[in-house]
Amino acid sequence: MTETREFDVVIIGGGPAGLAAGLYAARGRHKTLLIEKGVIGGQIALTEIVENYPGIPQVNGFDLAQTMLQQAESYGMEAEYTTVTGIEQTDRKWTTHTEAGDFLSKALIITAGADYNRLGVPGEDRLIGKGVSYCATCDAAFFKDMPVAIVGGGDAAMDEGIFTSRYVSKATVVHRRDELRASAILQERAFANPKMDFQWNTVVDEVNGTDQVESLSLSDVNTGEKSELPVSAVFIFIGNHPNSDFIGDLVPRDNGGHIIVDEWMKTPKPGLFAAGDIRQNSARQVASSVGDGVTAAIAADHYITDKFHDEMALQHADPAAKAEAPAS
Amino acid sequence: MSKPTEVTDNNWDTEVLKADQPVLVDFWAPWCGPCRMVAPIVDELATEYDGKVKFLKLNTDDNVQTASRYGVRSIPTLMMFKGGEAVDHVIGFRPKSQLKQAIDKVLA
Repeated sequence: MTETREFDVVIIGGGPAGLAAGLYAARGRHKTLLIEKGVIGGQIALTEIVENYPGIPQVNGFDLAQTMLQQAESYGMEAEYTTVTGIEQTDRKWTTHTEAGDFLSKALIITAGADYNRLGVPGEDRLIGKGVSYCATCDAAFFKDMPVAIVGGGDAAMDEGIFTSRYVSKATVVHRRDELRASAILQERAFANPKMDFQWNTVVDEVNGTDQVESLSLSDVNTGEKSELPVSAVFIFIGNHPNSDFIGDLVPRDNGGHIIVDEWMKTPKPGLFAAGDIRQNSARQVASSVGDGVTAAIAADHYITDKFHDEMALQHADPAAKAEAPAS
Repeated sequence: MSKPTEVTDNNWDTEVLKADQPVLVDFWAPWCGPCRMVAPIVDELATEYDGKVKFLKLNTDDNVQTASRYGVRSIPTLMMFKGGEAVDHVIGFRPKSQLKQAIDKVLA
């Protein structure tokens, strides 16, 4: 095992909330580490176009995340690509256990976000990568001129359905209700899209196919009537669940697994904050997550200044640290 | 420093199927976000496994034949070949440690 490395602020999760927290913590001259298990940007890395982030009319999600990363890194934030296995309160600090070793910090901000839900029907797991997909921007191009299904009725489902329509012959939205949850502008676009078509009050019972997806078995939630929809792919966007399992019983979580925080993103444990999609009642937008991350970083800064002024005083007595301090 | 080189539909047989080493092919496309994230990791792996595994990249937009021949319907897909046969594949972005495990399994 490698030795424990020490930071002022450790952030778990490199989506918009984590990147914004990292920027503010690093600009606060805190030695800051961001830990990401997969792709920087999290869910937005898979979003073709973000067009509701104020100040930027249109940007590719992956590019937006890279810009946020570079911005935070330019102020000294470090990034480590590894998986967190657990967190633990050690004396008055926090230890984050990862596959790449342990990290100790004065404050810990959890921005681990959320992951897409699976349908949980037969055939789904077996045909992942063979027509079952959770990322239209990644995979839609493989289904040029073929019929596909989109499962879900929220923003993600409409966004991705509209995206697939550039390639596919037809995108059938399979939705368990008789109306969409998606925002009005996305609904308007989806309804106006000649390639998109809607199967209301319908759920997927099974994904069929031997080597590739060939069809979906559907049933009508009201009448129970069964039908078969021939498709070459199914794109699934049925909400998500917070990546909070590694927290266990350390802090209270709601029934959905979201971490309960106050308006400063504080958990009941001193020095432990949670922000973005992982917290209860998140608006689940890039802009709101960024706001959450900023709030958490400011709260963490106050916390460190308040509780660790002894160590801070020592740091400032260090001439090397002083030389790096900004002129004021 | 070894870097993955591009393979195409045209030189697939000589570069991959007739290679005397195990081969890892990174199926990717310019518009795919996670592919851009996998690329630097694959670059590092190419250096670490230099001499043991041959690393290639195949652009699925330009080489539709090969992508569909191997049923690639999701990218990034990393596919491992040994003696002309596809022996293993990893779909989607994975951390480096998991990719190393997959490669080591094929080398074992």
